[in-house]
Amino acid sequence: MTAATSSEPMVRVRLPGVALVMVAVSVLVMAGLILLPLYVVFHEALLKGLPQYLEALKEPDAISAIRLTLLVAAIAVPLNAVFGVAAAWAISKFEFRGKSVLLTLIDLPFSISPVVSGLVWVLLFGAQGLFGQWLLDHDLKVIFAVPGLVLATILVTFPFVARELIPLMQQQGADEEAAALTLGASGFTTFRRVTLPNIRWALLYGVLLCNARAMGEFGAVSVVSGHIRGLTNTLPLHVEVLYNDYDSVGAFAAASLLAGLGIVTLVLKTVLEWRHSGELSAGRKH
Amino acid sequence: MSLQARDKEFLALLGPSGSGKTTLLRVLAGLEEPDSGEVRFDGEDFLALPVRKRKVGMVFQHYALFRHMTVAQNIAFGLTVRPARERPGKAEIKRRVTELLDLVQLQGLEKRFPSQLSGGQRQRVALARALAIEPRMLLLDEPFGALDAQVRRELRRWLRELHDRAGVTTVFVTHDQEEALDLADRVAILKDGELVQLGAPNAVYEHPATPFVFDFLGQACQLPGIVQGRTLTVADWGTAAPEGAPQGAVQVFFRPDEIAFAPADGAGLAAEVLAVAQRGPDVRIDCRIEGVLMELIGHGPTLPAGVAPGLSVRVKPLRPQVYAT
Amino acid sequence: MTDRFSVPPVPRPVTDAWPRRPRLVEHSILPGLKLSLGITLVYLTLIVLLPLAALAVRPWEIGLDGVVRTLSDPRVASALRVSFGISLLAALTNAPLGLLIAWTLTRYEFPGRRILDALVDLPFALPTAVAGIALTAIYSPTGPVGAFAAQFGIKTAYSPIGIFIALVFIGLPFVVRSVQPVMQDLDKDVEEAAQTLGATDIQRVTRVVLPALAPALLSGVSLAFARAVGEYGSVIFIAGNMPLKTEIAPLLIVIKLEQYDYAGAAAIGLAMLAISFGALVAMNAVQIYLSRRGRA
Repeated sequence: MTAATSSEPMVRVRLPGVALVMVAVSVLVMAGLILLPLYVVFHEALLKGLPQYLEALKEPDAISAIRLTLLVAAIAVPLNAVFGVAAAWAISKFEFRGKSVLLTLIDLPFSISPVVSGLVWVLLFGAQGLFGQWLLDHDLKVIFAVPGLVLATILVTFPFVARELIPLMQQQGADEEAAALTLGASGFTTFRRVTLPNIRWALLYGVLLCNARAMGEFGAVSVVSGHIRGLTNTLPLHVEVLYNDYDSVGAFAAASLLAGLGIVTLVLKTVLEWRHSGELSAGRKH
Repeated sequence: MSLQARDKEFLALLGPSGSGKTTLLRVLAGLEEPDSGEVRFDGEDFLALPVRKRKVGMVFQHYALFRHMTVAQNIAFGLTVRPARERPGKAEIKRRVTELLDLVQLQGLEKRFPSQLSGGQRQRVALARALAIEPRMLLLDEPFGALDAQVRRELRRWLRELHDRAGVTTVFVTHDQEEALDLADRVAILKDGELVQLGAPNAVYEHPATPFVFDFLGQACQLPGIVQGRTLTVADWGTAAPEGAPQGAVQVFFRPDEIAFAPADGAGLAAEVLAVAQRGPDVRIDCRIEGVLMELIGHGPTLPAGVAPGLSVRVKPLRPQVYAT
Repeated sequence: MTDRFSVPPVPRPVTDAWPRRPRLVEHSILPGLKLSLGITLVYLTLIVLLPLAALAVRPWEIGLDGVVRTLSDPRVASALRVSFGISLLAALTNAPLGLLIAWTLTRYEFPGRRILDALVDLPFALPTAVAGIALTAIYSPTGPVGAFAAQFGIKTAYSPIGIFIALVFIGLPFVVRSVQPVMQDLDKDVEEAAQTLGATDIQRVTRVVLPALAPALLSGVSLAFARAVGEYGSVIFIAGNMPLKTEIAPLLIVIKLEQYDYAGAAAIGLAMLAISFGALVAMNAVQIYLSRRGRA
């Protein structure tokens, strides 16, 4: 054991033996339970060599799945970001009745099963859904089509940006905005020059998490997708299809892209936590 | 309530927390809307103007500096957000910022961020930022509230000088009576959203309009008494009633240090001395007057020998104030 | 020039007074309330409330009888039992695991601590389908761990054990991240006081530290539980999905949908929501009780 070098206050290790055991067990649990799956993804993907791996990714179905995943995220994430900023502005800068109910409702999608998050859209827009007949009459398709994927993804990732911004903006209060107004700034200028710079890192953080979940979502989109290859298969669904076809290399190759997304997200998120901890909401400071 | 500030005046709004002084300040700034009433500035209807058109320089209690901007950017903000045709050029803004940095004695700190400044420095940046827009009126909300005692005193003098030099009508809010009396041209004392008294510091201190004001401006001793004609009687002590005193049963207030002592058989309030303790330059005298425990303050060298624990003396309030009960 | 202003009566001592119940909307000087609240409410209604209303209404078209019949169908009942039972078990398992890791991360300094800290969030960041096939590869009879366990006649993947492993995997970060900040902020004085009063190390931990962590631990466990109940992607590959044995409730929703039994699917979804909600309320109550006691 090296001596404590961190600046954080640490309880002095009085029993090196116990400490050693605790650290060892923690590392073991983390390695065996958390890290091993990550390793396996890349191991399986490259099992038959790099050319095979690249081949699997160049397959047209894979390409279209990647494209669809990007498209869905490109729609869902900005919408949720705009919502998040609007909700956080309303909640943190104003007093109104029913605020705690609103907060609860915003967090609600987190406690819903992804499958249910897909199901609700089928109930609304599916063939026998509430608006199913109407959509059929107008030759519109939501379920088993891109709009359904987008809606399901939006619902699943709904709270991410808002819940990063709300605590931070509540903590920052409205004093700086009030000061900007007394100095002659307009409402929009105040938002752009005072509020936005104050929340940029938390916004980025929220968008990052939102995006990771949007691109990686499986359960909700699986319900609304219909698994039409090359048309409504996002990357996670593509993984499932290949896996069920016993195309292990193909499935893990596609999965490795998603795992890569996860790692990049994790790294960026960690960097944000280390470098901008003061500008993230309290729970994100490590 | 109605309140008028004079041109270039330094006006203090003084009151305990909850008295509405900060609300009043925020109404002036336009940060809060009154339920009724009017605010006029130079005859102009101030309420019709939105905050950003009022040109009031507001210094917030916790300064509300823009945390992601440097000191220079903070100060320049009010100039850079003006509409393009009214906005000064870059060089002009820079000149103004330098000028203001000189004024608040923060030369060389323009590149710092608020988090890299001490409390006193932040306060001065907030002030410079407010002055940058050449405000028609300067509003300070508890300007020294967040500072420690020593910095407070230094900044107080400095702020007064700055006000005299800048010549802007200034309204500031405080709950510290010493600060208000020391700094302001006039003091407005507020209680529960009402204006209780308005006047020059001395006038207010010496002639508090109500028991509340008396109590709020300093330590107070209180006894019941009776005014008959021009005579005030407290227990067996009779003295001339202050001018304009109400007739009949009254409450008599006096400051614990505005007293004179007399021998037990002299004139004054009969007091039984319980304890005497030196406290720095002062002497604290615990005594019982008319059955009420009181803490009087005397000054060491002038204290008569008869003032000692277990002895009886007479205490004569020098400037008693009376209020109708 | 004279600067003059007169001031209206101040109606209420606001800023430093006791907070009142706000009016429907308090006046504020900042702009954009209508716009931002408008966006928020419209979006919330369209994306969350309306769809959930559809879920709440749909099951009743087959009547109360139909709903009861759907839920008491052995396959459905078994799936609900599997989902909630194994989720509870996994969440409870995560309590000591999460506590251990949070303890290690906050109390000890060792090389790689920050990396270990960052890795805790991996289950959040790794898409569930990826975790699902990776875990299956590890714990299937041909995988490294699965093969080892098979020597002892234990089937890991395609059995309740597989579901359990997947749910521990996805639940662990919830417990660690709930406990960690509280542990970090734990007053060192209190522990030192315990030591000066003669407590042994074990007493210090069990009598002082753990009680202080209990509310956070419980909240982490309930979050992990809630997540596990609804989990689909990481479980579906490793579960084997044998009716009456390893089918989870979300899977049955998918199956009902494939049979165009919307009402049945909605009934299961609603039942899951209701049970989860009940469980969360119960845990909340315990948590409030614990933190009250902690404050006294």
